[in-house]
Amino acid sequence: MGETSWVDLFWTTVAALITLAIFSFLYKDNPAFKFVERLWVGITTGYWTMLLYHTSFTDKVVTPIFRQGQWWYIIPSILGILMWFRLSKKYGFLARYSLAFYIGISTGVFIPLTIKASILYQLHGSIRAIEPTWSGLMFVVAFLCMICSLSYFFFSKEHKGLLGVTSRIGIFTLMIGFGTGFGLTVMGRVALLGHRVSFLHDWVQQVVGTVF
Amino acid sequence: MRLSGLFWILLVLCAGFTGPARGQGASDLAPPTDLVAADIPNDKGHGVQLTWEPSADASRVQFYEIYRLPYRPPDEGPPLRPEETVDDDWMRVGAVAGGVTAYAQTEGNTTIGAENNPLYVPRDAPTYYRVRARAADGTLSAFTPAVTGIAKGNWFHTQRVNVLVIAFVLGALMLYFIQKAKRGEKIYIRPIPGLSRIDEAIGRATEMGRPILFVLGTGTAAEIATLAGYTILARVAEKTAEYQTPLLVPVNDPVMMVMAKATVKEAYLKAGRPDVYNPDNIFYISAMQFPYVAAVNGLMLREKTATNFYMGVFHAESLLLAEAGSITGSIQISGTDRVAQIPFFVAATDYTLIGEELYAASAYLAQDPKLVGPLKAQDMVKAAILMLAVLGVLEMTVFKTEWIRSLITPH
Repeated sequence: MGETSWVDLFWTTVAALITLAIFSFLYKDNPAFKFVERLWVGITTGYWTMLLYHTSFTDKVVTPIFRQGQWWYIIPSILGILMWFRLSKKYGFLARYSLAFYIGISTGVFIPLTIKASILYQLHGSIRAIEPTWSGLMFVVAFLCMICSLSYFFFSKEHKGLLGVTSRIGIFTLMIGFGTGFGLTVMGRVALLGHRVSFLHDWVQQVVGTVF
Repeated sequence: MRLSGLFWILLVLCAGFTGPARGQGASDLAPPTDLVAADIPNDKGHGVQLTWEPSADASRVQFYEIYRLPYRPPDEGPPLRPEETVDDDWMRVGAVAGGVTAYAQTEGNTTIGAENNPLYVPRDAPTYYRVRARAADGTLSAFTPAVTGIAKGNWFHTQRVNVLVIAFVLGALMLYFIQKAKRGEKIYIRPIPGLSRIDEAIGRATEMGRPILFVLGTGTAAEIATLAGYTILARVAEKTAEYQTPLLVPVNDPVMMVMAKATVKEAYLKAGRPDVYNPDNIFYISAMQFPYVAAVNGLMLREKTATNFYMGVFHAESLLLAEAGSITGSIQISGTDRVAQIPFFVAATDYTLIGEELYAASAYLAQDPKLVGPLKAQDMVKAAILMLAVLGVLEMTVFKTEWIRSLITPH
């Protein structure tokens, strides 16, 4: 602890005080939290702006068009410029072309990916032979629960009769799954809290070791 | 003279001890044979598949080493050809265990940083390969004769026909039901718990004279859950315009802000109260997740929002937002399609739209044929999927075949 420099101690103290200011929100809103909140938002906005400038404007506009002669990058650049027309009352409609292109192309990319990841992989993993073993019995239970859970998400038919029963079992299955997920994540969050408390503990030791 | 003599003696002795270089000249380890380099199908055209017959001394082979001639960009001269090269010109691209007789080389980047990438596999141009065997004791076989691989790009991924079929069937069903809904035929959508509480929640905020907070999540404007969030935002905005209750929409993305402003403005116009619309209530905070959450949490406490809506894509911030809203005593309605975040919303908010309910909710509220039709089509596809799953399990259990499973194998 005695080897810690004053500069290190200063920055660690800043980090510790910011951590405490964030934690103070647990008591109630206060000037320290407000200050740190604004500091954080300000720093990240500045950081993000510069990051976007370098990774988007420099890497995707300036370098390809002006340095590598890849003129076709002008097309997305024009679409980007059209977004600024939003500020004009007269030509604001031009921004819609960019938005339409953005939404359309993203949806086009997402649909095949979603079909593959959310339908094919899940369905492929759910189909297997039933074996006369304990594992086979567990598979049958899981398979039936899967069918019931999916039946809960039928929206164009009233949940009555058989569909009413299966959807009821389905929502119970979902809740069991959510409970498990909740517990798992809360444990992860407690680990994060532990890490932060450990940091504060080290900071106190550093202060005591350096000052005294 | 004496030093020079000693040098020559040492040189001769060293040559005698080391013998011929391993892998050079004659070797008692038989090389692999019949090396073939073929295009990898269904790709962008930067991959070559190598196959060969194992060495006659397969039991001694520890692994096979794959070599290729490095890529030379056109501006640096014509491509290298095997007959113009020496051993040092070849570079090792990988190795596989002795029992394996195939290797795929895929590389689509022409550069690594500012340098040319020698491992780049050009499209429609030859790439030369050769393979040799290595024994556990370090003995190397001779190389196979060099072979040419030409990578070709493919427009159509033949193994993804199943994705195309599903997209096509779903699309056709959607168009059919949209047309049906447009003709005025009633398509039933079951009531969704939580939606009926939206009006109640807005009324509560109005009575208390406090604002309503609408969070569209931390996704992007192109994500389906965010788009569903906009439909619900439109409905909420229409009501708030009617009741003249302030509606706050903090966003984390500039494109989302533009869309949110357009959505709210349109809703206020529809409600006949454009004068009440305040564009400053829809504002950008930060693109980074936790600063955004910190600011929204502060907003809840300071503005004392009576009702909070969380509709869209959420990540680790879901519980942080819902907890802060709970502390302020707000009535909270949430909805997301992120399975990992639903438990937190279920635990910490008053009503939750679980997964696809979010999409259904937007259709239910809008009663727009373009939203109602796809919902019906999705239900039919879901029923077909369930049928396939049941038939697939029965087929594998009873007939011990995997025809249905092979149909839906993802690639």
